[in-house]
Amino acid sequence: MAHEAPSEADAAGAENFERILAKDSRVEPKDWMPDAYRRSLVRQISQHAHSEIIGMQPEANWITRAPSLKRKSILMAKVQDEAGHGLYLYSAAETLGTSRDEMMDALVQGTARYSSIFNYPTVTWADMGAIGWMVDGAAICNQVPLCRASYGPYGRAMVRVCKEESFHQRQGFEILLELANGTPEQRAMAQDAVNRWYAPSLMMFGPPDDDSPNSKQSMAWNIKRFSNDELRNRFVGMLVEQVKVLGLTLPDDEVRFNEDTKKWEHGPLDWEEFKEVLAGRGPCNAQRLERRRSAHEDGAWVREAASAYAEKQAAEHAQKVAA
Amino acid sequence: MSPQESTESTTPAPGEGGHRWPLWEVFVRSSRGLSHVHAGSLHAPDAAMALRNARDLYTRRNEGVSIWVVPSDAIAASDPDAKGAFFESPQGKDYRHATYYTKSEGVKHL
Amino acid sequence: MTQSLGDASASATRILPSSSPRSQARDGALAAGAPPGNALRPEDIALAAQQGAAKPGEDVANYALRLGDDALILAQRLAHWISRAPELEEDVALGNIALDQLGHARSFLTYAGSAWGKTEDELAYFRREPEFRSAHLFEQPNGDFAATIARQFIVANYQFPLYRALVNSSDPLLAAIAAKAVKEVDYHRDHSTQWVLRLAGGTEESRRRMIAGLKLMWPFVGELFEDDALTARLGDAGVVPSSLKAEFDRATAEVLDEAELDVSAYPMATGGGRQGRHSEHLGFVLAELQVLAREFPGASW
Repeated sequence: MAHEAPSEADAAGAENFERILAKDSRVEPKDWMPDAYRRSLVRQISQHAHSEIIGMQPEANWITRAPSLKRKSILMAKVQDEAGHGLYLYSAAETLGTSRDEMMDALVQGTARYSSIFNYPTVTWADMGAIGWMVDGAAICNQVPLCRASYGPYGRAMVRVCKEESFHQRQGFEILLELANGTPEQRAMAQDAVNRWYAPSLMMFGPPDDDSPNSKQSMAWNIKRFSNDELRNRFVGMLVEQVKVLGLTLPDDEVRFNEDTKKWEHGPLDWEEFKEVLAGRGPCNAQRLERRRSAHEDGAWVREAASAYAEKQAAEHAQKVAA
Repeated sequence: MSPQESTESTTPAPGEGGHRWPLWEVFVRSSRGLSHVHAGSLHAPDAAMALRNARDLYTRRNEGVSIWVVPSDAIAASDPDAKGAFFESPQGKDYRHATYYTKSEGVKHL
Repeated sequence: MTQSLGDASASATRILPSSSPRSQARDGALAAGAPPGNALRPEDIALAAQQGAAKPGEDVANYALRLGDDALILAQRLAHWISRAPELEEDVALGNIALDQLGHARSFLTYAGSAWGKTEDELAYFRREPEFRSAHLFEQPNGDFAATIARQFIVANYQFPLYRALVNSSDPLLAAIAAKAVKEVDYHRDHSTQWVLRLAGGTEESRRRMIAGLKLMWPFVGELFEDDALTARLGDAGVVPSSLKAEFDRATAEVLDEAELDVSAYPMATGGGRQGRHSEHLGFVLAELQVLAREFPGASW
């Protein structure tokens, strides 16, 4: 579609688009939508999908070493779910006219982003607990409002994702609970994981509101429903209560409930580190991308084979029909 | 207008580019007696694999008893821009609905 | 619509419903006081064992150990594919198969362990290599996708007739576990068949790799069908391995013929897994599997 001068159809489309937003209704794939809205959605949904796919790696790292067969099953099912979530999201993004191949290429070439938390290493079993409890917990806080995103396919994908995510958070919490009630070494392992994942999980909500350029527009479009800081504060409040059940502590002595604002507050976060990791200078960035690239490249001959076979079968079938 | 007027697809055609697996739309029947409902989409080289991928992706938690897969490009859709004209006719014809007939309210078994 | 979908998948579709074992299986499970075969979980078996409702004799336990070890080692191998598969859809597919196998392993090991007062985890994590009873096929490295598919193709075509027969075991718990497993393995058979056909009939490269994969894995077929003193003593409780060979040959030949593949020239390797003599690979599999549990013996997770 070329947009040289706003045509009559565009004007009507724009009017309809605004009407949909005003009614808090949903935009569907074939509706007219502003190019910026489309671009913003493709960026956000594909980043989200990439995060699911790259996010498989730090957890897959422990599947073969899981310390009980029950935990192994659970972790395997969870990592598999993440592949599923990536697929739901890629297909939502594809309805906007960007193919999965294009998105995957952007990911392996390093031009697309994904949640920077997955660039941290999982060094102990307790990290499986901390990721489930805090990283998935933060993701759920972020994602539940997205079920009402103005773009229909995104919202529907998120409904499916959220339904499945709640098992992820609970299993993580249980891993930590078991460790916290275990031997002193296990307990120390749990506390260490909570210490390491706390700040990165808070930073998953994105930069502070006064430094988040895309947020305002995203909220005006009914994609985002709450600001980064609002969600982050709400999340900290949940952690404070839940960590008590674990009998562990948060590595932040400035966490408090502000009676005036009626909001939870937390200590300062190292946004310089966040930017460094986001810019590719985190502990595992190169490793994560390399793993995705090699899986994709090593699989090329398989994908080609299946396509070639499908073409041959279709040709054979066509011949039979013609005969 | 005919529904075929708006079949332009936003997805790559099956087989295009040689190695690109085409996109399939997945419909799942959650239990006997209910219709198949659109669940989402996926990529697969052919129908046989699309069905299997759909089984793995969309029914991991007992969500279905039957699955349809349809090449995305085989779906013809009504034109959203013609919404007004296409769906205007039923508007205002409230006599098609039982609620229009108020005088019979209170009469049993009616 | 049904017509067109059926047409498109007709030649490659091989979903054969296994309806007859199902009803028998259910009876078996109910006889054991366990839930119906399609919902039997390892936890149910552990509970039954605790209550003394299901305690296998020595031979049945050793037999269950073999089946459990096969499934456990395979699950461990397949798990490695998750996040590395040729396409995301296949990550999910291989993940499902790995989860099925791990489920079977847990059931068999739980049941076996109940004879000796051991849990599934004690058996999985605290036995040494010579105490494992898995056949060599299961511990073979994944290789490329074609090698993994070759291994899957053999495994599924072995496990399917095995579990189908085991549904009639005189041991109600073995029958119940098999009843759940046979349906899942039926699907694994279908999955591997689809891929054997595609890789063999896809591109030159995929065909070359499929042939190489079969050449690598086929030597381990022989061991699967070897009878020994234990399988002889089991009688109606187990399945005589050699009795499954004809069905294995028939079913695999059907697919291999369609794929124009020939495995007849590949020599059989010396087995030994059932006696605890393994290939060079199992030690590494176990090192990874057991490392964390052994670091914290007695810990709960």
